[in-house]
This record gives sequence, structure tokens and C-alpha cells, in this order.
Amino acid sequence: MSDTRTIKVNGKEIDVDPALTLLQACEVAGEEIPRFCYHERLSVAGNCRMCLIEVAGGPPKPVASCAQNVKDLRPGPDGAPPELFTNTPMVKKAREGVMEFLLINHPLDCPICDQGGECDLQDQAVAYGRDDSRFAENKRAVEEKYMGPLIKTIMTRCIQCTRCVRFATEIAGVDDLGLVNRGENAEITTYLEKAVESELTGNLIDVCPVGALTSKPYAFTARPWELRKTETIDVMDAVGSNIRVDSRGREVMRILPRLHADVNEEWIADKSRFIWDGLKNQRLDRPYVRVDGKLKPASWEEAFKAAADKINATDPSKVAALAGDLVSVEAIKGLKDLMGLIGTPHTDCRQDGAHIGVNADGSRAERSSYLFNSTIAGLEEADAILIVGANPRWEAPLVNARIRKKWLNDLSVDVAVIGEALDLTYDYTHLGAGPDSLDNLGDFADTLKNAERPAIIVGMGVLTRADAPALLAKLAKLAGDTGVVTDGWNGYNVLHTAASRVGALDLGFLPGEGGKSTAEILAGAESGEIEVVYNLGADELDAAKLKNAFVIYQGHHGDAGAHAADVIFPAAAYTEQNGMYVNLEGRVQMANRAYFPFGDAREDWAILRAFSERLGKVLPYDDLFALRQAVIADAPVLAGIDAAVEPTSVDLSKLGSDGSVDSAPFLSPVADYFQTNPIARASKTMAECSATVVKKPLLAAE
Amino acid sequence: MASRKPATNQPASFQWSEENAKWCETQVAKFPDGRQASAVIPMLWRAQKQEGWISIPAMETIAKQLDMPYIRVYEVATFYTMFNLAPVGEFFVQLCGTTPCMLRGAEELKEVCREKIGPEMAINGKLSWLEVECLGACCNAPMAQINDYYYEDLTPENFGAILDKLQAGEHVEPGTQNPNRHTSDPEGENTTLTDESLYDGSMARPIDKLPNSEPAKTE
Repeated sequence: MSDTRTIKVNGKEIDVDPALTLLQACEVAGEEIPRFCYHERLSVAGNCRMCLIEVAGGPPKPVASCAQNVKDLRPGPDGAPPELFTNTPMVKKAREGVMEFLLINHPLDCPICDQGGECDLQDQAVAYGRDDSRFAENKRAVEEKYMGPLIKTIMTRCIQCTRCVRFATEIAGVDDLGLVNRGENAEITTYLEKAVESELTGNLIDVCPVGALTSKPYAFTARPWELRKTETIDVMDAVGSNIRVDSRGREVMRILPRLHADVNEEWIADKSRFIWDGLKNQRLDRPYVRVDGKLKPASWEEAFKAAADKINATDPSKVAALAGDLVSVEAIKGLKDLMGLIGTPHTDCRQDGAHIGVNADGSRAERSSYLFNSTIAGLEEADAILIVGANPRWEAPLVNARIRKKWLNDLSVDVAVIGEALDLTYDYTHLGAGPDSLDNLGDFADTLKNAERPAIIVGMGVLTRADAPALLAKLAKLAGDTGVVTDGWNGYNVLHTAASRVGALDLGFLPGEGGKSTAEILAGAESGEIEVVYNLGADELDAAKLKNAFVIYQGHHGDAGAHAADVIFPAAAYTEQNGMYVNLEGRVQMANRAYFPFGDAREDWAILRAFSERLGKVLPYDDLFALRQAVIADAPVLAGIDAAVEPTSVDLSKLGSDGSVDSAPFLSPVADYFQTNPIARASKTMAECSATVVKKPLLAAE
Repeated sequence: MASRKPATNQPASFQWSEENAKWCETQVAKFPDGRQASAVIPMLWRAQKQEGWISIPAMETIAKQLDMPYIRVYEVATFYTMFNLAPVGEFFVQLCGTTPCMLRGAEELKEVCREKIGPEMAINGKLSWLEVECLGACCNAPMAQINDYYYEDLTPENFGAILDKLQAGEHVEPGTQNPNRHTSDPEGENTTLTDESLYDGSMARPIDKLPNSEPAKTE
């Protein structure tokens, strides 16, 4: 972009990249252009005509600024810069004309429309609308369409901008939406009224500039101006999407995405967006203590006493701690330090049993061995991608959207998959279902070798297997042979599924010297080697194995973990406490409290701090700030909030160890996208989605 | 215009005839690799020729053949009003109702259709009918297109007779139905542009200057 062109916008001279559209150039000059169909992350349609401007010397008519490039402007006489005007009477009149046409068939139902207050049409009608209508004929009415359990349609409000069609086709990669018929009868519809089969459908609601597509669960519940907006981080997957939680009182009314170009762009996955009704159900809002085999409500003091007495009466080597998938870095630090004070090495954050974070010799692995090293945005630079044992579409929908974006924009990129042959929304070569294919990549071996920036994505489908070390050794060899890790490029990517995992690994919440891993703790609890288990929100394990042990469960939902508990400490969910989360690429992000936790529930770190006092082993921090200082002292890499992730090298020779490989096919750990954590399992919306989308198996890619 | 919704009763499947299957291959071969979707309109046309209308299974068959998402074929089929989304009669009367035809009596022709056939898109024996927008034969208004042919200069009388004949399976010569006209020539004698001098070159003037240019150089 070395050469720029000089243009004049409303008399102001600016230099812009000639590849920009006139609309973008006007924005560079600080002029806001109204628009409906134009969306900067979608292709240009140019059909709403709201962005009309005047071009001096151009055709004697208004120009749709979204659909013309600066390089196509004719210079003025004597090479004078081309002139654009956005505020002339001609422009105003043209836009008013467009607005009048748009409003001809638009119902005047703003008072009952969920988009009211944040509607592009409403806002722009204030600037360009007439105070009355000259259209005396009947308005048209359009039948509602069925688009699945998440999207409510009021198609009479639709202005046919086709943003939703372009989003579904381009970003989500599902050809389910289309514009049928024409002229006055044009309608947006799904093919024969089927649900939109994507995990990004919620974004259709965001891209719709009017109230035609709105959120079904949010329908008629709140107005945007009465909601308190809190910017925070999503924990439904390990991507760490930036979200905004809109709450009223102690109720989350909805969740919206925030723009973060390097993480989620401006999209979020459906689970992140529609999880919120799960935050109201199945909540633990008071402590419980198991008396005579039944959980009875108790006071905090009683619960603390029951737990402290048990721990104090137990040999430290028989105490273990597990951390779940949704907890913040601070809570894990608190638990780690508490276990340190008690003096037990049996701690683990890998409740799925992933072989990660520890080298073959038992030492702690370097950070880059468990990160998504290329970074999410960096995937756009990769030119060959091998996905092993993962279903990115369900494990990290926004990583999948990035791969699709890359695949769509670059014809030369090659993607291959070893594992399940699922519809990932892009074409790929299916090399095989199991580990045997790792030895026989066929032509793709050359593709990887010849690629300048090859990337390998290793899923939890590989790492949670018993033969994971041997598989990792194979993958490391493959990565070494094909130049996945070179100077300035590290394409060795681990696709995590748990939001808390990377932070926990950074803190080293792993078995200490002689310590037991999750599986060993569970086995120990069955055999009696482990007598007390402090379970910090781990619900994805086989809780039945814990029944012989005394379990202290700290968490927010009455799920598997709580059912197996002897003492329950009710904690805050991710929307109810401040905390740091590290996403799969190692990016530290700050989650903020949107509202206070329910009932007697408290923040995770505060519970641990208070409990440590009752135990007589006081944690050395009195507030969150001091705790964060301790976190940073423990893992200095966590000091940089939202720091850009630097590409670091990874020592491939230390990955995995030799061993025999089971040839069973890889299976993604996410069998049901909508039911992966206790909050999701408590959500009716998620249950409905699961019934509509998941129960029907994804079509196998051809 | 009638509703552009696909018919409620759809056939279970669609099968190209042998000849049409071959024809489709030639259509697809016209386009470069990866651009085979360009053949969608010819193939929809052919499917309509074969079946009389385009069913959902036909659209899906074509979509699979051209490696297109179903919705994209559906969009095309619903966009173009020439594609019938519901069954039509053996003789499908598309009666023009746009202004010139309306001024010349299309309203009465519609009445004839209603009487002899029934409501729009209803099949009565061999016939069904639909009012359509301008078919571009205004000089012979009012007119109707029946299957592939134009029947022009209609009156309630001759139009009724045409419909009766078609219903009885008889042939009707397409084109103007006014015995005093030949194609779109005027009825009777020509009344304009009759001056012979228009054609014998006597009115032509030498060109000495082209518009917006220097005067032509003369020796």
C-alpha cells in the first residue's frame, strides 16, 4: 500500500489507499455515511442505496459509495483531485428518497420491536426520514420464517439488505439462507424452512440492521437502554471471545460480542451468546453439608468447619485438588497455594486427562508446547493446515471461522484432516480417521513440506488418549520434518477446549513431585488412597468414582461435581466475579463482574481465602490485587493483559515420548456442542439447540 | 401476479429423460471448470420443458449436478417468473395485462379465461392460465403467450375460439389473429413513411462535418 491517492472529501484533502471504497475513504476523512447493506466483514452488495454520495465530475447522479473504489474515480480538470461530497442538498435528497422507499413496506411497530433503541433504520430515519408517508397503498406483509431455536423472525420488517445471506454464506459457511422471489415479493428465507445449521447463527441477529432477525430467547424481555453493559470474557470455549454482558439487576438479559480483531473479530459462537438462561437455573446459592448421606443446607461457618475438620484430620498426602474448565486464574492460584500450604502434591487441572503441560521426564513443559502458537489471527498467514483429532467447528467455532476465512480468501491454502470426517464449512483432504494416517500423509506430506508457513492443529481428541505421548512424538517428528517450527513462525497449535486450562498450566497447577494426575486421583479416591478431594468446579469427570472420598465442591451449578460432594461451597459464575483468563493462544484477558452472585455465593478467591483462615493455613493475600501480584510473581507471563502473543519456538524433541500407538480412530471430546459445561447443561435454550441441531448428525464431507 | 410459492404437492423424485440428460452435459461443457453453475438457467428451462413445471426434486437434482447449494437454485427458480413452480396445463396461457394490452381490452380477455378455464393457475382439461407482465408485443395488443407462441390482436371472440380449439386438441396458427394484418404491419395500407424520397437517396445531404469534430477536410 505504498502509493496513495489524493482525494477531496467535502473540500478536505486526504490521501487514501486507492483500493478503499468511497465509503471507507469518507470515513477516513471523518464523514459518517449511513448504510444498511454494507458491512465491513462481508462482501459488498450495494443494494440498499443508503450510502449515496455526490462525486464531482462523475455521472450526474448520486453514487453508491460502498460499491465504488477510489481508484475508479476520475480526476478533475488539470489532474485536480477527485471531489466527493457527503453533505450537499443532492445527497440529502437522494438519501431521503431511499429512506422513504425503505419505509414504504416497513411496519411502524417500533414500540413492540426488540430492535427498538439499537436499530439502524430507526436511527437513520431520524436523520433522513420524512415525518409522514406519501404511500397510501397497502403495505406488504411477509410470512414469518423458521430459522431454528435461536432466531426469531419478523420478516415484514426486513429491508432485503441481504447481510444475513452473506453472513451465512461467507462467514458461517452454510448455504441455508437465500433471497427468493423478486421485486415487491422478495423474501429472505431458509431453504424450505429448515433451521440454519451453524454454531454462529446468533451473529445473524447482530448483522441484521432492522428487527427482522432478533433473538428468540431475548424476545420481549428488555430494552437496550435499561441494561447495564459489562465488558468481559467468554469461557464457553478456550478462544476467550470478547463479550458484553447486558444485565438488569441480577439477571443476565443477553450476551453480545465485542470487537477484538485478533480473537473473535466481531462474532461469537451460539453457546457463548445464548448460554445466559443457564446462569439462572440449577444454581448453588448456599453452602451444603452432607449429613447422613443427604446434602443439607448449611451456613458458611458450618460448611467451612466440616471441610476444615476433615482436612485437618487427614494426612496431607491423602488430600487432592482438581480444577475445572471455567475457573479463573486467580481461583486456581488460590487453590494451588492452599494445597501448597496443606502440603499435598496431588493437584491437577486436566480433568479430561490430557497429556499436556508435563514432559516425559515429569518436568514442567515449556509454555509453547501447549499453546496455539500461530495465534488465531496468525492462521490467516498459514498456507497449509493439518488438523489432527479435532473438530474445530465445535471445539472452537471462531478458530474454525478463521480457517474458513483463510480458505475463502486464499485459493492456494491446503487443509487436511486426520480424524472424523465432518462438515467443517471448508474443503479439506481427509487423510484418515486414526493415527495410522500420521505415518502416511500421501501428497499432503509434500504440501506441508513445501509450504512456507505450515500449521498443525492438535486437538484434545489426540491429547486425551492413553497413547497421547507416542502420538505427540509422531506429530513432533512430522512437525520437525515439515518445518512447522522455523524462525519467526511456529505452526504447532494445540486446540484447547477449556477456558481455564492454559492459565492453569501457566501457573503449573499440575501434579507436583510424586503427585497424582486426575485419573490417578480418581482411582485413589476409589481405592482409599485419597481421602479428601477439593473439587474446584470440575464437572466433566466421572464423579461416581469420588463417592468413597470426602469431596469439597466449590462451584456455581448443581451438576455432576456437586452431586458427588460432601461439602458444597457456592461460588460465583464467570459473569459474577472479576478474574483473568488465558485463552488458547496464551492471551491474558480480564473478565469483569456484571452483577453480584446469587444468595450466599461468593467469589472463588474469597472462598479459598476465607477457608484457608478456618484451616489455620492463611493464604497471604487479602484482596484481589494482592492475589494478582502473587499470580504474576508465580507466572510473570500473565502480567501482560491482552498482550499480543509473540511467536515463540517450541522444542519439538521434548514433545511426547516413544511408545506403542493404538490405531483406534480419533474422536473429538465435544460430542454435543451445546452441552459441554454445567452452565450449558442448565440452559433450556442449549437443550433445545442440542435437540434441533446435534441430534441430527452432521453430514459427512464428501 | 400469482403466488410464487412452490406447489404443495411435490413429486417424490425427478429424472432427466435420456435425451435431456445428454443435452445437460453439453450445456455444462460450455462453461469453464468451476463455473458449471452458469448452466443453471438452461437446465431449469429444460426441466420445465420436460415436466411442464419445476418441482423441488428437479431443483435439487440440478443443484447436485452443478455442485450448487439447493438454496441458490431455489433463488434462481423463484426469481424468474418464466419458471413455473406449480403444475400448469398442457396449454399454458400467459395473458398480458400490462397497460397497452389493458387499454386494448385485456380485461375482457381475462373474463374469457375465467369463464372458459377458471381461476388463475387452476388446470381445466388441457388449459391453465396466468396474467403476466408485458411480453413485448404491444404493437399487436392485446396478446397472450400460449406455450412457446404468441397469439396477437385478440378479441374476446377469437380468443374464446382459440381456447375452445386448444381444449379440443386442434391446432391454432400462432401470430396475429386479425385477418387484415400481416405480422405487426399496420392494418390495411401503410399510413406513414410512405414518401418514396425517403428511400431513393434524394433527401440525403453530403456529410461535411461530424458532430463534435473538426470540419471534414475537402480537397
